[in-house]
Amino acid sequence: MIPGASFIISAIFVAIVALTVVGALLAVMSTRIIRSVTGLALCCVGLAGLYYFLGSPFLALMEILIYVGAVCVTIVFGVMLSEPDEPDPREFKGRELAWGAVAIAVCAALFWAITRFAHAGGWVKLPAQQADGSVRALGVSLLTTYSLPFELISLVLLVAILGALVIARGGRDKS
Amino acid sequence: MSLLSTEPLRLLASLLLIIAFVGLNAAYLVLAERKGAGRFQNRPGPNEAGYGGWLQPVADVLKLISKQIMVPPESDRLLFRMAPLVVLTPAMMCLAVVPFSDTLVARNVNVGLLMVFSFGSINVMAILLSGWASRNKYAIMSAARVVSQNVAYEIPMLLVVITLLMSTGTLDLSEIIKQQAGGFWHWNFFRLDVNPLAPVTFVIFFICMLAEANRAPFDMAEAESELVAGAFTEYAGMGFGVFFMAEYANIVLGCSLATVLFFGGWQTGLGALPASWGAWKVLIGLGFFLAKMYALVFTVIWVRWTFPRTQFYGLLNLSWKILIPISLFTLLLSSVMIKLFA
Repeated sequence: MIPGASFIISAIFVAIVALTVVGALLAVMSTRIIRSVTGLALCCVGLAGLYYFLGSPFLALMEILIYVGAVCVTIVFGVMLSEPDEPDPREFKGRELAWGAVAIAVCAALFWAITRFAHAGGWVKLPAQQADGSVRALGVSLLTTYSLPFELISLVLLVAILGALVIARGGRDKS
Repeated sequence: MSLLSTEPLRLLASLLLIIAFVGLNAAYLVLAERKGAGRFQNRPGPNEAGYGGWLQPVADVLKLISKQIMVPPESDRLLFRMAPLVVLTPAMMCLAVVPFSDTLVARNVNVGLLMVFSFGSINVMAILLSGWASRNKYAIMSAARVVSQNVAYEIPMLLVVITLLMSTGTLDLSEIIKQQAGGFWHWNFFRLDVNPLAPVTFVIFFICMLAEANRAPFDMAEAESELVAGAFTEYAGMGFGVFFMAEYANIVLGCSLATVLFFGGWQTGLGALPASWGAWKVLIGLGFFLAKMYALVFTVIWVRWTFPRTQFYGLLNLSWKILIPISLFTLLLSSVMIKLFA
């Protein structure tokens, strides 16, 4: 161990958390939609780092491969095809501000509840990593233990594809 | 010594070496490319700076560094400045898991192959951002092309890699190399007993690698003759230089990966070296790795100056109508072979 190893590790952890939070804030608060997507990508990289700290490098890399490499790129591509410029800044009406306040209140309550739960819960430490993380173990667990969630996710994707088709065809008929 | 051998410092030293490796590679591969282009077109290529032109990269870098970095007033300044960083960093991170020789790897990750692909996928995002942030019609066209090209070629690439994974059963790059020990007929390229179409698999991998690295004949991102310089049109000085460093870093990465996956990495292909050679074994392995890798890099340069740029529809048709069906077929064939004979 070199001196200050634990300090380096916590510094990296703080950096990753900061990346996640800053990315999320950028995604929500930016008016320029392309910057929002960049914020989302940053947030996903930060999340991948958090997964790595939780001891699952496979999930971390999948997060980057799928969310940064595929989802964000697809969103940017969609933006390119639709909206060329940033919208004009506009004034918020009283009604919108009221709804915003309600949203903030709900979020604060949720955050408070989750924090309470996280601190109060009697957490049980899981037995050490169940599978060895190899390709074989992963494939077996996906097709046996976790086959129902796996199939459900594929069903969700199928529904999404059908929805996209319906929307695209509807648009074509009008023109 | 005890401090130097600790993991974080070793990692730091390896990363510095990788940065130096990427920089030198970019500088001298540009020279090799220009020399090669000269030879293929029957002219000498750059030969004024230094003996035979070997100081040319130094002159190029000095010129790039001394130029002003201009940010167009209409552009998205933040993203415009960020894009060169985002394009270069992932390529360097990927090189950290590539084993250059026995024990000569910055960090051996047991999901190394996945790491290369996941960080490699950020490249598209970076070129997309640079194209969009430039606020230039050529840059935006180029960005749109880059996305459809990379999405199209990522599919056959991953299918080919899955075909290989079924026989290796691991994502650990060092482990994949160790499985190919012994004579050269143990290399995955020659393993016809597992995958009778292994050479075809390699050719698909190589084509996809060219397309993912945006190299001719698939250099739709730059396409000098139609799009000025595509996504890099508005970049000046070292901003432009960094994109080229990233391009060469991606070529080196792709060729390293091809060497590891198909040509046995640092294995000599002549059987194991005697154990008494000690540290020399690592150096000899490094030599073999670099020889194989640079042979592939030369092929990339050779292809660029031999084939004209394809049309965009030709590019997409090649992927969706030819490469994907063939790679799906090899995937099925390989799985049947493994099920029946292994």
